Amino acid sequence: MSKLSKEQVKNIAKLSRLGIKESEIDKYSKEISDILTYVEQLNELGVICAEPVSQITGLESVTREDAKYEQKICSKEELLKNAPEIKDDSIKVKPVFEERESI
Amino acid sequence: MLSKLSLSQAIEKLESKEISSEELTRFSLSVIENKDKDINAFITVLTDEAIDAAKIVDGKRLKGEKLSHLAGIPVGVKDNFSTKNVLTTAGSKILSNYIPCFDSAIVKKLKNQHAIIIGKTNMDEFAMGSSTESSFFGPTKNPRDLERVPGGSSGGSAAAVASDEVIYSLGSDTGGSIRQPASFCGVVGLKPTYGRVSRWGLLAMGSSLDQIGPFTKTVKDSAIVLENIAGADKMDSTSVDREVPEYSKMLGKSVKGIKIGIPKEYFEGLDKNIKESVMEAAEILAKEGAQIIDVSLPYTKYALPVYYIIMPAEVSSNLSRYDGIKYGFCSKDAENLMETYLKSREEGFGAEVKRRIMIGAYVLSSGYYDAYYLRAQKVRALVKKDYDDVFSKVDVLLTPTSPVLPFKIGEKMTDPLSMYLADIYTVPVNIAGVPAISVPGGEVDNLPVGIQFIGPQWSEEKILNVAYIFENNRR
Repeated sequence: MSKLSKEQVKNIAKLSRLGIKESEIDKYSKEISDILTYVEQLNELGVICAEPVSQITGLESVTREDAKYEQKICSKEELLKNAPEIKDDSIKVKPVFEERESI
Repeated sequence: MLSKLSLSQAIEKLESKEISSEELTRFSLSVIENKDKDINAFITVLTDEAIDAAKIVDGKRLKGEKLSHLAGIPVGVKDNFSTKNVLTTAGSKILSNYIPCFDSAIVKKLKNQHAIIIGKTNMDEFAMGSSTESSFFGPTKNPRDLERVPGGSSGGSAAAVASDEVIYSLGSDTGGSIRQPASFCGVVGLKPTYGRVSRWGLLAMGSSLDQIGPFTKTVKDSAIVLENIAGADKMDSTSVDREVPEYSKMLGKSVKGIKIGIPKEYFEGLDKNIKESVMEAAEILAKEGAQIIDVSLPYTKYALPVYYIIMPAEVSSNLSRYDGIKYGFCSKDAENLMETYLKSREEGFGAEVKRRIMIGAYVLSSGYYDAYYLRAQKVRALVKKDYDDVFSKVDVLLTPTSPVLPFKIGEKMTDPLSMYLADIYTVPVNIAGVPAISVPGGEVDNLPVGIQFIGPQWSEEKILNVAYIFENNRR
């Protein structure tokens, strides 16, 4: 049984940095559980004697020279244009550390 | 009439100077103007840019410059291809204001060949879906029946070609997102071998599965587009350095003696009308001398479960970059950094994207990794081996593209699993990294049915040729 508990859904959402509403948790719990139950068909196969595949055409360790690209793809100014908030040529973000850390 | 032009016909007319690129581009824009309020195939239309680009090509042609076949011909590009200074949304609210400062490799390639990029086509949010209903910009309608979906996720690209808004378009295919909408809209859709076309600058969904390919009106047109976009790219380490054949010149060879496999797993429980269309396709090819052979790919049923582990795992990782900080939508209500992440992603992503991110995070989390992700990667090897084995016996496989006909808008949106099952015949192809093409194969209840040809890795010329022979021998 793979039914995801409410707590598990909350935890995955938090790990994924996804805010979810209390009222949606049951829905996600049911939908994700259904999908997990579906994919668990793979358990029918028992022990599998095969190497896991992560690259399907068999490429291995594709590397490039550890050097700067000669061509700049975008300038700093161009990149900053898309930032929601900027200050003094930098991206501005909300506070990372709170003054009163909750314990 | 300009509207019925195939790509090959347009090339001829442009090269003989019977028409100009400006005429062709203005015509395409006028069709979009007339039809797209109903169809909604485009998120962005580049009217002025397209006409300017067309004028430049016309000038070059008059001067007698040697030009690519794609020069001067309008193309629609799926909205997950990065386009410099042009809105690139991937159908999502979280990128609804995002304007890249660079072109994806393929857009650059098109521009270098003076193709006319006429607009960005609608899609399921981040290419997650089989109906184009999950787009933040509203659903695309099937030009054949406006109450039905065009398929997805590249539904806009398929509908744009089917409604003659453009002569061809580009999409991306992670589990069927080119072939299934091509099938639903009655056009040709090709997913090349994994690594055949550079994906640099394509907004990633499932990086071990994603591949770019064309939507066209004919098989030959797909061959023309592929030979002009394929090839290795040092910016995409998964692209493979192999010679790109002139696919369009390899069409028309007799299929006499070619072995075409009919895999029984692709017909189990299949709608009998769709099955009939596929068997008719087999008969047509048999008449041309092909040998039709019953084959089996026993691990087929496990391909979809494998997909719904591997793809969400990759999605959860690929979509972590959308955080409301560097670009895209940022929630106004956040008071600290954590809230910026949580709220921007909560408000910016739709339900299907959130589901897949959470499934991915779950199957990758410690304690579950071996049971889900690692297991799926092992079964992936078995699915691939099925294809290796079968292709030692036959040259290509013939299957339906989709188990269902184009369904009504809204019909499957409330049941994610039933939507997933719409990809049951296309997903195994991405799991194995092999190429496949969907070609129109008749109609059932006035709705198009797609026939899928699947070949071994790097055998595009083979599936294109068989599809071409089939296309030319249908009544």
